[in-house]
Amino acid sequence: MAYKILEKEELAPGIKQYDIHAPRVAEKFKPGQFLVIRLHEKGERIPLTIAMADARAGSVRIVFQEMGKTTFELGAMNKGDSIMDVLGPLGVPTEIKKYGLVAGVAGGVGAAPLLPILKALKETGNRVITILGSRTKDLLIFRRELEKVSSELIITTDDGTAGEKGFVTFPLKRIIEGKNKPDAVWAIGPLIMMKNICNVTRNDGVRTFVSLNPIMLDGTGMCGCCRVTVGGHVKFSCVDGPEFDGLMVDFDEIIVRNRRFLEQERISYEKYKNSL
Amino acid sequence: MHDVTKVAIVGSGPAGLTCAGDLARMGYRVTVFESLHSTGGVLRYGIPEFRLPKAILDFEVESIKSLGVEVKVNALIGGSYTLEDLFKEGYKAVFIGTGAGLPYFMGVKGENLNGVYSANEFLTRVNLLKAYEFPEYDTPVKIGKKIAVIGAGNVSMDCARVSLRLGAEESWIVYRRSDAEMPARAEEIENAKEEGVKFSLLTLPVEVLSDGKSGVRALRCIKMKLGEPDQSGRKRPVPIEGSEFDMDIDTVIVAIGQGPNPLLPRKTPDLKVTSHGNIVADPQTGKTSIEGVYAGGDIATGAATVIEAMGAGKRAARAIDQYIKKL
Repeated sequence: MAYKILEKEELAPGIKQYDIHAPRVAEKFKPGQFLVIRLHEKGERIPLTIAMADARAGSVRIVFQEMGKTTFELGAMNKGDSIMDVLGPLGVPTEIKKYGLVAGVAGGVGAAPLLPILKALKETGNRVITILGSRTKDLLIFRRELEKVSSELIITTDDGTAGEKGFVTFPLKRIIEGKNKPDAVWAIGPLIMMKNICNVTRNDGVRTFVSLNPIMLDGTGMCGCCRVTVGGHVKFSCVDGPEFDGLMVDFDEIIVRNRRFLEQERISYEKYKNSL
Repeated sequence: MHDVTKVAIVGSGPAGLTCAGDLARMGYRVTVFESLHSTGGVLRYGIPEFRLPKAILDFEVESIKSLGVEVKVNALIGGSYTLEDLFKEGYKAVFIGTGAGLPYFMGVKGENLNGVYSANEFLTRVNLLKAYEFPEYDTPVKIGKKIAVIGAGNVSMDCARVSLRLGAEESWIVYRRSDAEMPARAEEIENAKEEGVKFSLLTLPVEVLSDGKSGVRALRCIKMKLGEPDQSGRKRPVPIEGSEFDMDIDTVIVAIGQGPNPLLPRKTPDLKVTSHGNIVADPQTGKTSIEGVYAGGDIATGAATVIEAMGAGKRAARAIDQYIKKL
C-alpha cells in the first residue's frame, strides 16, 4: 500500500503543498492533528502538519518547507508518485469551542496547520483576528485563505516588503494593549517565534496555545523522543500534544533538543545533494 | 458461517501475532492492524538482530500470513480507526495487543539533555530504522564513547550490547540494587558480561551533568546499600549519605520500563483501565469491559516478557473462539 500524490503546488520558494491520497487520515482528521510519513524503505519517519482534509476525495493536504534531506527529497517528488508510509491523524485535536475573541498568529509555514484551527474556531462563533508573518513577501502563504476566516488579517514581514515591517509580536502586543483583549491566542510557527509570542501574552495572562514540532519516530507514544517539559512535567508531544499551553512550555529546552542530530542532518543532506 | 467470521487484532507484536495465527488456524478471517510501517512490534523495534534475527521474524510473519491473515500497516486503532469502526466493518471480536508504550524517565535534572535516550528511542532508531547503516539509511543515531544504561532488565542488556556493537568504548549497566535483584534473565546478564558490558551496581543516578553545549559530560550518582524488604519483597535500596560520585559518561540510555500506551484507551472511554492505565483484562481469557473486546500482553499486564505476551494471545484466541460460537 502506498500513498499517491494527487496534486502538487509550490506555494512559495521552497514551500510546497501536496494533496495525498490517504482516506483513513482524511476521514478522521481534526484541526490540530498531524501525520508521520516515511518516503521509502531507507527513509526516516518525520512528522508533518495537515492543512486540510477532504474526506470525500480521501485526500489530505500537507505543506512543508524544504529544510533537510527528507523534505528536499519529498519536494523533488511529483504528482502521481507515491509515499511509502503515511500514519495519522496523530495527536490531540484542538479544543474547538466558543472563546470569544481569538487571535491567530502564524509564522511562515505555521500558517498551514493554523488555517484549519482558525476555520473551525470561526465556525464555532469566535471572532478571529489573524497575524501572518514571514521573512519576506514571497514567503507569505495562505494569505487569501486566512483572510476568509478572519475579521481582520494583519501582515508582517521582517524586511517590510509586505504589510508592517517587523515581527508578528508587534501587532499582537498592540491588540492586547488595545480595547479588545483576545480571550485566547493560537500561535504556530518557528519555536523562537512561539517563545516570543508567549513572552508578549504572559504579561497579560492571555491563554496561549502553541503547536510543537519536535523530532519524532513512531508518533504514537512509544519512543519518548518528542518529550518536552511543560509546567515542569515531561510530556510527549505525539500523544499529549502537539498543542500545549504555551505559557508553560520550556522553549529553550525544545529548541536545543531539535538540534540533537544537526551534524548527522548535514551529512545526510550533503550526501543527497551530491547524489543528484 | 464459522469460516467467514472476521476478527480484528490490534498490534502485530508477540501477543497479536500469536492470537492471529491461532484464530486463523481455527478458520477465522483475521486482520491485524499495525501502527508502525512494519510488523512485529517489540520483536522488530526492540529486540536486536543478534538476539532475534529479522529473517526469523519475517519467516514467522510470512507463515502467519500464509494462513490467510491480512496485515494492515500504518493503521492506528485510536487514530485512523476507532474500535467502533472495527465492529461497524463487520469484525465480530477484537483482540488488543498494543504493548507497552510511554517510556518512564527517572525525573532527575539533566534528563532531557541531548545525550539522553529512552531505551525505546535508542533501540527503535537502530533496530526498526537501521540507524547503524546511516547515512545509507536516513535515520541517525549518535553514540558516544562512554555509555551508561540505567536499569538492569533484558532491555537494558540489549541497549548496553548494542552500544558496544555501535562502537562505544565503555558500556555500563547502572543499577540501584545489587546483583541478586537484577530483573534480566541470568543468560542475558552472562552474555552482556561476556561482551564486555560493565556493571555499576548499588548505584543510583541523581543528575545528568551537562557539557555546557547541551550534551552530557557525566552522570552524577550516589552509592546505595540494601535495607529492609519493600512491597516487592526485594531489599529496598537506601542511599549512603555523602557517597556521591561522578561517572565519566557522554551518553545515557534510560531503560527503567514503560507505562501502557495511552492512545486506544483514551479514544475508548468504555474500556476499563487500571489506575496505571493498563487495560483491565481477565488473565484467563483476556476479556475486557467491552463485549467482544479482548486484551493481552503488556497493555494488560504491564511490561513483561514476549513469552507471557504470546501466552496471553493464545488464551485470548481460545476465548474469542468460544465467544463467537455463542453469538
